Amino acid sequence: MESTVLLLFVLVLSIFLGIELISKVPSTLHTPLMSGANAISGITLVGALLSSGSVSFDQPITITVILGTAAVFFATINVVGGYLVTNRMLSMFKKK
Amino acid sequence: MDILQSSGSGIISLAYIGASILFIFGLKMLGSPATARRGNLLSALGMLLAVVITLLNKDIVSWQFITLAAILGAMIGSATAILVKMTSMPEMVAVFNGFGGLASLLVGSGEYLSGDLHNSATLFAIYLTLLIGGVTFTGSIVAYGKLSEIISGSPLLYRGQQIVNGILLLILLGVGIELIWLQGTYSYEITHLILALTLLAFILGILLVIPIGGADMPVVIALLNSYSGLAACAAGFVIQNNVLIVAGALVGASGLILTNIMCKAMNRSLANVLFSGFGSGDSSSSSSAEDQGEVNPISSQDAYLILEAATSVLIVPGYGMAVAQAQHTVRELGELLEDNGAEVKYGIHPVAGRMPGHMNVLLAEANVSYDVLVEPDDVNPVMETVDVCLVIGANDVVNPDAKDNEGSPIYGMPIIEVDRAKTVFVLKRSMASGFAGIQNPLFFKSNTRMLFGDAKESISEVVSEFKS
Repeated sequence: MESTVLLLFVLVLSIFLGIELISKVPSTLHTPLMSGANAISGITLVGALLSSGSVSFDQPITITVILGTAAVFFATINVVGGYLVTNRMLSMFKKK
Repeated sequence: MDILQSSGSGIISLAYIGASILFIFGLKMLGSPATARRGNLLSALGMLLAVVITLLNKDIVSWQFITLAAILGAMIGSATAILVKMTSMPEMVAVFNGFGGLASLLVGSGEYLSGDLHNSATLFAIYLTLLIGGVTFTGSIVAYGKLSEIISGSPLLYRGQQIVNGILLLILLGVGIELIWLQGTYSYEITHLILALTLLAFILGILLVIPIGGADMPVVIALLNSYSGLAACAAGFVIQNNVLIVAGALVGASGLILTNIMCKAMNRSLANVLFSGFGSGDSSSSSSAEDQGEVNPISSQDAYLILEAATSVLIVPGYGMAVAQAQHTVRELGELLEDNGAEVKYGIHPVAGRMPGHMNVLLAEANVSYDVLVEPDDVNPVMETVDVCLVIGANDVVNPDAKDNEGSPIYGMPIIEVDRAKTVFVLKRSMASGFAGIQNPLFFKSNTRMLFGDAKESISEVVSEFKS
């Protein structure tokens, strides 16, 4: 229970930090900000990896592995696609 | 799951802190066009660090499924990112959001069904992960359907909608209580409970987005962006992992701020956007539309003559410009006007386009320098000095009813007040109303000239007049 309280503490501070950081982003960059933030939300990939790889090769596959593997698939699309498209967009922003 | 077990040794925990720092700096650098690209790279580096260090975790004992899923996912993700058109950006972000939510849902349910015993706090986190993840997934898919016009963009309203949603929420609450109540037992009933919860969350996601009109999609996308972060955050509580919580909270906060900016730009509350079915038809201003008099059409030759004499030009693009693929021609015209000695600016309304900042990306793609893109607050005070305003495919964001007509559904929305410029050219295909389905008295003003036809062709004609 103690660790949950610690995690809640981290959560609250992160939200305040996020608000501070994002409020300063100009509207010109809102689309890249969104797709970049979207890529970050693919961090759930970390959890997916832990589930997908939780059973060794010679043991029977569990439901957790199946769900985890599906999660790896979707989270990777989110992460790879999100970062690449953000980079593609930002490379177009030029000043003369 | 024990906190030490999930985050592994001290080195793994430290690496997660490093990844969090990279995310934070990445987002900070996204705040300026000059550093944004490096910021995104830093953030990607943070993700890479988090993934690599996770793979070193001793809990991961096999790689074959991970490799397969990751390679497939990376292929699909990169192909989409490379091929997607900038006009379709909102759809793509919607789908990616949905996948993020779905991944969190899968992680949450996998953890729940792993057979480990969970305490009430973890069970509550699992519940939230499934609920938010499920809503994010189907909500995003519906938003995708509306944006890509696979399903109708008009709001779907029916009698007793709020009651149906209310009952659904009550059932979801009941399922949550049961989920936590049944802790410590593992049986088929629990599997069914997870399935029921997932299904209900899916239904809720659909029901929440269908009553929202196409014009409000920028808000919905921003909100779903926030949800996908919060789902990752909840998954972080499930597996007791700090980096998920930090990253998820950052995304959650970012989405909420953008949602708030969008709502302010439309002068509406979030509740009004989500539940009012805005743009469903019977707008009170349409009654006054008939007696607003005649519109004044203009030919592209005459438009050229006026533009040729102008010293200050403001271009106000809307989504119609993107539909007509006119942004490159517009940039060409802008350059010709500058060569002719005029000052050219682009007035971008925050809700122009289909997602926050969408017009800026489309213009950046057409090589328009980002320092000539200005916001309504910058141009409205000097509007009287503008010789010509070119309204290209924008409608509701330049509608003077927002200032003058208290009966209008968009009354109070901040607009780009182009009607105060000396001359306004409105490029428009026909006299049909905008995405929100509201009449626009701007078209009938004495200083307004309508340049009918396809925006790209009309501008090309003006451009060729300049060149001849």
